[in-house]
Amino acid sequence: MHALALLAASVTVIGAIMVITRKVAVHAVLYLVVTLLALAALLVMLGASFAAMLEIIIYAGAIMVLFVFVIMMLNLGQPDSAREKEWLRPRAWLGPGILAAIVCAELLYCISPLSGSMPSLASITAHDVGLSLFGRYVLMVELASFLLLAGLVSAFHIGRNRMENR
Amino acid sequence: MTSSALLTIILTPLLLLALATLLTWVERRLLGLWQDRHGPNRVGPGGMFQAVADGIKILFKQDWIPPFADRDVFILAPAIGMMTALLSFAVIPITMGTGIAGDLNVGLLFILAMMGLGVYAVVLAGWSSNSKFALLGGMRAAAQMISYEVFMGLALLGVVMMAGSFSLHDIVTAQAGLWFIIPQCLGFGVFLLAGIAETHRLPFDLPEGENELGAGFHTEYSGMKFGMFFIAEYAGIVLVSSLVTTLYLGGWRGPLLPPAVWFLLKTGGMVAFFILLRASLPRPRYDQLMALGWKVLLPLSLLNVMATGTILMLRASL
Repeated sequence: MHALALLAASVTVIGAIMVITRKVAVHAVLYLVVTLLALAALLVMLGASFAAMLEIIIYAGAIMVLFVFVIMMLNLGQPDSAREKEWLRPRAWLGPGILAAIVCAELLYCISPLSGSMPSLASITAHDVGLSLFGRYVLMVELASFLLLAGLVSAFHIGRNRMENR
Repeated sequence: MTSSALLTIILTPLLLLALATLLTWVERRLLGLWQDRHGPNRVGPGGMFQAVADGIKILFKQDWIPPFADRDVFILAPAIGMMTALLSFAVIPITMGTGIAGDLNVGLLFILAMMGLGVYAVVLAGWSSNSKFALLGGMRAAAQMISYEVFMGLALLGVVMMAGSFSLHDIVTAQAGLWFIIPQCLGFGVFLLAGIAETHRLPFDLPEGENELGAGFHTEYSGMKFGMFFIAEYAGIVLVSSLVTTLYLGGWRGPLLPPAVWFLLKTGGMVAFFILLRASLPRPRYDQLMALGWKVLLPLSLLNVMATGTILMLRASL
């Protein structure tokens, strides 16, 4: 189990690095999908199979497909790859890279005592998720629905057919 | 892991591939029957080996990758389609004890996830081919499949509410008294339409509409890569049919005959219904398809969820 978790975790990290360094946008999105799938595998191992399935359905299955859809509409070509290459020079990423490495090291240091003894894994079912969503976190759910409704209304406003008004 | 489990894992995809290949012949024979013509009837008994002959032919065809295509993604796309279609079968309960993944407690969500990932096959095929027909087909497919996934999920919500579980075993068990097709008739209709759109079968095969897009997203594909899209489509039909059987038609339940036979009979009937739809219905326009989805199916499936919830709550409070 531990080896499998490490494997999935390393696929996640390598996939994430590949996302940043790809020059063709669709390849980057594909690596992001791989990263999300590996993350879902990790969630399954932690006992949260419901969250894992939602991760695949929503992130990998819907949002990332929309990304590919938009990239297809934009029809990116050779000049865009060249521009991406320009952005990937060490001068651009060295500073943020060092800072991110410091944060990562700190995080690893903080959680390292835990890695000795794995916390006992309790399987989280859809039932538990539903109860906590509509019990403890009901305010957050309502706020999120406000936000989504606002987004929906404004998208409808932007996309409405103005010819009909005349 | 026992050796019998390993054997099941190896044998099931092979069996499914053989079944999907056989379906190409079944479909052409049935279409022939309904359209008052013969269909392939020369090779073997009743033309049965036509599927084998087609398979051999397609293997010996030149497998050409266009020089303007994105090579890696072009090869990856049909493999994704095939894999997601076959993986979904891991959680389908044919009888009480069978099924590769056993009784997965999020089985239904797993199938939805695999269907969601299946969209990539079509979209990436369209994008990587780098040609106009393929791109248009891929974009149509993306919009169509994402939209219909929404209604499919909402329609399934009714079933999940009645069974109180995402596990396909529990859903079949919950249909002991009454098949869900009767209390969930609205959800059944929406699910069936969404299933047809999801497998992009006629009459909803706009992503590959011959008269406007050539062959749509697989215009540039040849040889066995095209064959993989083809077989994946038939595996998709079998998948949706077995899902309808499991979720709405009581799965393996039935009198007299053994459970596996009932499951196969019901699934076979649904597959024949899919083919009958192809034989009889014309293709709508693309905007009609999207309007039907968002303006008719979405409200209907929401209504179904609301009504089911209300009735369940009332019944619980009595």
